Amino acid sequence: MASEGSGKALGVADTEPIIARGHTLETVTNKISSIILTRGTTPGWLIGFLIAFSMLMLLNLVITLLMIKGVGIWGIRIPAAWGFAIVNFVWWIGIGHAGTLISAILLLLHQQWRTSINRFAEAMTIFAVMCAGMFPLLHMGRPWLFFYLMPYPNPMWLWPQFRSPLVWDVFAVSTYFTVSLLFWFLGMIPDFATLRDRAKHKAGQIIYGMLSMGWRGSAVHWSRYEIASVLLAGLATPLVVSVHTVVSFDFTIGIIPGWHTTIFPPYFVAGAIYSGFALVLTLAIPIRRVYHLEDLVTARHLDIMAKVMLATGLIVAYGYGIEAFMAFYSGDYYEKFMLTNRLHGPYMGIYFMLLTCNIALPQLLWIRKVRRSIPALFVISLIVNTGMWLERFVIVVISLARDFVPSSWRMYYPTRWDWATYVGTFGLFFTCFYLFLRFLPMISIVEVRALVHETNEEDLRLHK
Amino acid sequence: MNETSNPKNAVDLAAVRAKLGSDKAPRFWQSIEQLAETSTYQEFRDYEFPPSAGKANDTINRRDVLKLMAASAAMAGLSACTKLPPEKIVPYAHPPEEIIPGRPLFYATSMPESGCSVGVLVESHMGRPTKIEGNPEHPGSLGGTDVFMQSSILNLYDPDRSQVVLNEGRVSSWTDFVAAMVNEKTGLAAKGAGMAILTRTVTSPALGAQMKSLLAQNPDAKWYQYEPCGGHSAREGSRMVFGRPVNTVYRFDQADVVVSLDADFLVSGAGHQRYARDFSSRRDLSAGASSKLNRLYVAESMSTSTGAVADHRLPLRSSDIDDLARQLAAAAGVAVPPSANASSKLPAEWVGAVGRDLSAHKGSSIVIAGEQQPPFVHALVHAINAALGNVGKTVIYTESLEADPVNQTDSLRDLVNSMNAGRVNFLLILGCNPVYDAPADFNFTAALQNVGLRIHHGLYQDETAELCHWHAPAAHYLESWSDGRAYDGTVGIVQPLIAPLYDGHSTHEILALFTGDSGKPGHDIVRDYWQSQRSEKDKAFEALWETSLHDGLIAGTALPAISLSPHADFAAQGGAQTPSSDAGKLEIVFRPDPSLGDGEFANNSWLQELPKPITRICWDNAVMVSPGTAQQIDLAEGDYVKLKLGGREAQGGVHIVPGHADNSVTVHLGFGRWRGGNVLLERGFSGYLLRTSSAPGFARGVEIEKTGKQFSFAVMQFQTPVESNGKLVDEESESAVDEGERDLIRVATFDEFQKNPNFARREDEEETKDYSIYPRYKYDGYAWGMSIDLNRCIGCNACVAACVSENNIAVVGKEQVMRGRIMHWIRIDTYFSGGLDNPEMYYEPMPCMQCENAPCEYVCPVGATTHSAEGLNDMTYNRCVGTRYCSNNCPYKVRRFNFFLFSDYKTPSLYGMRNPNVTVRSRGVMEKCTYCVQRINAAKIRSEVENRMIRDGEIVTACQAACPAEAIIFGNVNDPTSRVSKLKAQPRDYSLLADLNTRPRTTYLARVRNPNPELRG
Repeated sequence: MASEGSGKALGVADTEPIIARGHTLETVTNKISSIILTRGTTPGWLIGFLIAFSMLMLLNLVITLLMIKGVGIWGIRIPAAWGFAIVNFVWWIGIGHAGTLISAILLLLHQQWRTSINRFAEAMTIFAVMCAGMFPLLHMGRPWLFFYLMPYPNPMWLWPQFRSPLVWDVFAVSTYFTVSLLFWFLGMIPDFATLRDRAKHKAGQIIYGMLSMGWRGSAVHWSRYEIASVLLAGLATPLVVSVHTVVSFDFTIGIIPGWHTTIFPPYFVAGAIYSGFALVLTLAIPIRRVYHLEDLVTARHLDIMAKVMLATGLIVAYGYGIEAFMAFYSGDYYEKFMLTNRLHGPYMGIYFMLLTCNIALPQLLWIRKVRRSIPALFVISLIVNTGMWLERFVIVVISLARDFVPSSWRMYYPTRWDWATYVGTFGLFFTCFYLFLRFLPMISIVEVRALVHETNEEDLRLHK
Repeated sequence: MNETSNPKNAVDLAAVRAKLGSDKAPRFWQSIEQLAETSTYQEFRDYEFPPSAGKANDTINRRDVLKLMAASAAMAGLSACTKLPPEKIVPYAHPPEEIIPGRPLFYATSMPESGCSVGVLVESHMGRPTKIEGNPEHPGSLGGTDVFMQSSILNLYDPDRSQVVLNEGRVSSWTDFVAAMVNEKTGLAAKGAGMAILTRTVTSPALGAQMKSLLAQNPDAKWYQYEPCGGHSAREGSRMVFGRPVNTVYRFDQADVVVSLDADFLVSGAGHQRYARDFSSRRDLSAGASSKLNRLYVAESMSTSTGAVADHRLPLRSSDIDDLARQLAAAAGVAVPPSANASSKLPAEWVGAVGRDLSAHKGSSIVIAGEQQPPFVHALVHAINAALGNVGKTVIYTESLEADPVNQTDSLRDLVNSMNAGRVNFLLILGCNPVYDAPADFNFTAALQNVGLRIHHGLYQDETAELCHWHAPAAHYLESWSDGRAYDGTVGIVQPLIAPLYDGHSTHEILALFTGDSGKPGHDIVRDYWQSQRSEKDKAFEALWETSLHDGLIAGTALPAISLSPHADFAAQGGAQTPSSDAGKLEIVFRPDPSLGDGEFANNSWLQELPKPITRICWDNAVMVSPGTAQQIDLAEGDYVKLKLGGREAQGGVHIVPGHADNSVTVHLGFGRWRGGNVLLERGFSGYLLRTSSAPGFARGVEIEKTGKQFSFAVMQFQTPVESNGKLVDEESESAVDEGERDLIRVATFDEFQKNPNFARREDEEETKDYSIYPRYKYDGYAWGMSIDLNRCIGCNACVAACVSENNIAVVGKEQVMRGRIMHWIRIDTYFSGGLDNPEMYYEPMPCMQCENAPCEYVCPVGATTHSAEGLNDMTYNRCVGTRYCSNNCPYKVRRFNFFLFSDYKTPSLYGMRNPNVTVRSRGVMEKCTYCVQRINAAKIRSEVENRMIRDGEIVTACQAACPAEAIIFGNVNDPTSRVSKLKAQPRDYSLLADLNTRPRTTYLARVRNPNPELRG
């Protein structure tokens, strides 16, 4: 966002429009609503959905096994008592940052380009937070007692232990999920009304009708809608920063070298946005192609997202640098060992992979040609996602595997159930995402229509 | 059946009639075809009831045998379950005397171990023995214990224990067994010719008397003894030098200089519990700079517990110890021819310094030889001790403890020869397992087949039981009456804590069948024996008996010291050697396993899961070699190799042990068993496959051949520092961690300590103690703390085993240990310092530190781990949801998590064993050392009832009680006069990771080595 400064907020300086020229209000509405209403269920969609669904069933299997046997089916052990579950939790929740960032912060900053991507970025957020939210539950030794973490009245006057960051997590993640869900739903209300009006089937009319909550498009509705959007955006904005800050507290509050660091909150937030934008790119690139939305999600969108990635990637790189510097500068033996262990320890391969994925390769985005090359962007987005997953692995596992007392050092190895759980959450994510693509407007019809107007006005102005 | 027209199936009615008339006729039959056994009927029968059992006979393999055995054992168990003893239901209106529900009772008894017996106190809850403690009044332990004593309680409740009498593998009954024995005995020749009895070493006077009576009644019957790892060399060594076997008692508390020649005397052999206590009393530094520290020299092939506490350790092949002994003897003035077979040059400086140190401490030194060493080395050691004037001062001789001290190798050889010659037609095997552990060259199994009737009596249906006609289950020592002599001859009475859980009978009761006392209870046998031995009569004897039962020993029965002097010419007789060609060849050393002993305890899962000292391996034994040898013959950690010795083979995984002698292989015995329970199956390999009667301790000329396969060990603490190319293994933790920075082990020499007693203190640590913006919590009442003296710890694992027993700690199995999920609440961290070839070794027992600023507490989201007002870091299992954050944040990593349901909820026999005051943890909860909070609370209740404070020493944690070296002391640190406070006030006191400001309540007393100034540098 830094690279796309507020001076260009309205896209004035850029000659390239945000959406392709030639669109009218009607073409936009037709284009987006037809995906749901007239395109129908295509074989491609069905195959994708079935693959995702079978992965979801794998998750089902893992959870069943987990409930029957216990978390021992995973590779966690002493000393690395947290493993894939927490790595995945942090990774998914990081991904869940892009949506709210795009819809809330960029809304407040009047970044018009966000409108084409905010809807599915928000959907991605909701689904990613759903995936993330499962892990803290599943990784508990006795998940059926999860409610002990909530402040509920009980006859023994037992409360959660409020000094623990895990309790803060409960609040942070659940608040974030609630606000994101509301925001997402609120934004869709006018579009639901459009779909209700255009739906041919009775079922569609009824369901979209209920979802549109009586929207008639009156001026009062629009006024309230705008106010509510801004209010929710205002609410969501601090959450974008707070959630990952709180998640980073899970580590910084601990005393383990590699966890106990003050740089974590900003660097986690930057990392979250980094990975979030990467996943938005990963999703947007195939979607715009499959659904022929190149007009609405233009090369310029991709370019801007690449710039955001570049900027946040640099913040993340700075975080790594500071970590290393502090290990050296503090003179603390354990901190120094933590760094040596990352660089020369048994997991050094993973650390160097992380540096390659998160720092070295994304530097290609400085080049305009790369930013404009869709295959290149797609590959880089995948690399960044991998890198961010590795980053969490480095933080969680490598720090734990070798801490203070060498007698307890032990390698962590994931089991097949660790992988199955991870793959299973992809199943959950993509099952939800396929349903979203099929039944909900993946691009905000209302907001893009507003853009059409602006694009045309701007063109007129430029032609004068 | 309508095909009778078919000639093939024609029924021969005449034959059927004949059959029905004969005595082979079935009582009930259902068709004529059945009677006639027509082919149709046979087809029908085979179809309906596939002859699978017959097929199994054809292609039976070991695994099938095991499966069938397991199934049949289970069935045997079932049938035993159905045979409930007649019970009367009696209202609990008149409870048994002395039993108060919820309060345990302690009974004194004795446990037979290492060829002698050792006094124990057994905690009993409502008639169930639950925990073994040492008997502080017993000279054999002074309250100390070892892993076998601690774990023997599990053997009592072991579901795999033999439960029924078996006759030819079928369930029988004790009555039938008795009838058969009486029958057989009458069938024997009048003088008992053809009858043979095989026992272990007998140190029970009552049993010895019974044997003698049996032999008196049957003069032609033979008594053989064999104990696979039981002091053969010591016995023969003393015979060589004194002309008769004598017992040696060492007084380590009186010795300033101790030289161990391959002897792991602190953790194995008779009296080791007492020796550990005596030895560590000379490692005490309470008197500061004026403390009188002893000095220990150890020359050994394997890195042992004793070697780890040595001030000077010399890795030396076991077969070269002979040379060292000769040189030390020469230095002490014993005339002995030099060795002809030494393969290596001994470091002259080392030998010289040791010799001079010994000479400087005449009368206050001890030289002790290990069991692996041949009798001649033992004889030399006797001569050295005599020459140094130690006899009568630090080395005391008494008459043998044994009822009949024979050369057991010869004894077993005689038996095998007799069996092969067909002279034995009735063999009674009492508590032995020679099929598994007899010397390989005896071919015991083959010889056994020549015996007409083979009877086995033992705790398990083991390898020998399998090949015997009869098997009678033995009663566990906690179920039976007996007696036994401790290392110094003191007699302890073995009294039962519980009626036999199964159909077990003691050895006394078995022998009584043959001495005309059939049916006489064990109690009467033992009591009558002692009544006949004592001058006290009637009431006086009654009083003595009661007192002896109460105390666990008969006072004044220690054997008197005898004065002996060595034969002058023994060295000339036994010492001359002819040089042999294999002097430089690779040697193999057989040692009893530190956890399983000779294999008797192989089915004990607590012991199997105990990480062995130094190697930290659980669940397996290994082919252990030095880093140098591994490099030389290109072996890597985990290589699965074939050991070849004299045409015999065994296969095992290679483990590289720092400090092991070069050109030597050590194998722990006790593994590789194949029958006698489910725990012992497929664990390691049997060293007995290679061990012969001529070389029971070590042999030269072993060959190692790689199989190309790999073997994975379950290691609790990774420390193997080498690969075949000599580079550090980076896979797991290196041992070469720069301890200087982490400062976990603090050590100084005695000189340095005298100059700077505060060597273990660090200035910056003192500073951090008050780094907090909050005022410190004020502990008003008690404040519990612990002090662990690293100078006393001998790394024997007794504390670990005691903790398992006291706190119902679950066994997780090999695979889970490999995954880092062992549940032990206390562990013995082991660190090395110095080179690979002869590193210094350091032990550091790690229970929970009970930090005052506990990092685990503030991260728990549900408040399941909280601080008590007495400074305990408590775990509330009910509240724990299992986020494991506490474990992550514990810098000492002492927390343990139930990743699965590790506790055995299913085996009913184990219910009785559990400590009723400690929760059996379920799946998904965290657990850790509690400082035995149940013991603290019991003492608090007691003291509050009596309206007083808890006295110092009133609460003894399980680890503290078990420690034979008194290295662990627990108490109230708020009381400046308490023992723990005084220890913590010592300048050597330090906290682990003090710079984290966790303020641990468990602190350590730094190690002080006492090296010989001559050998420094």
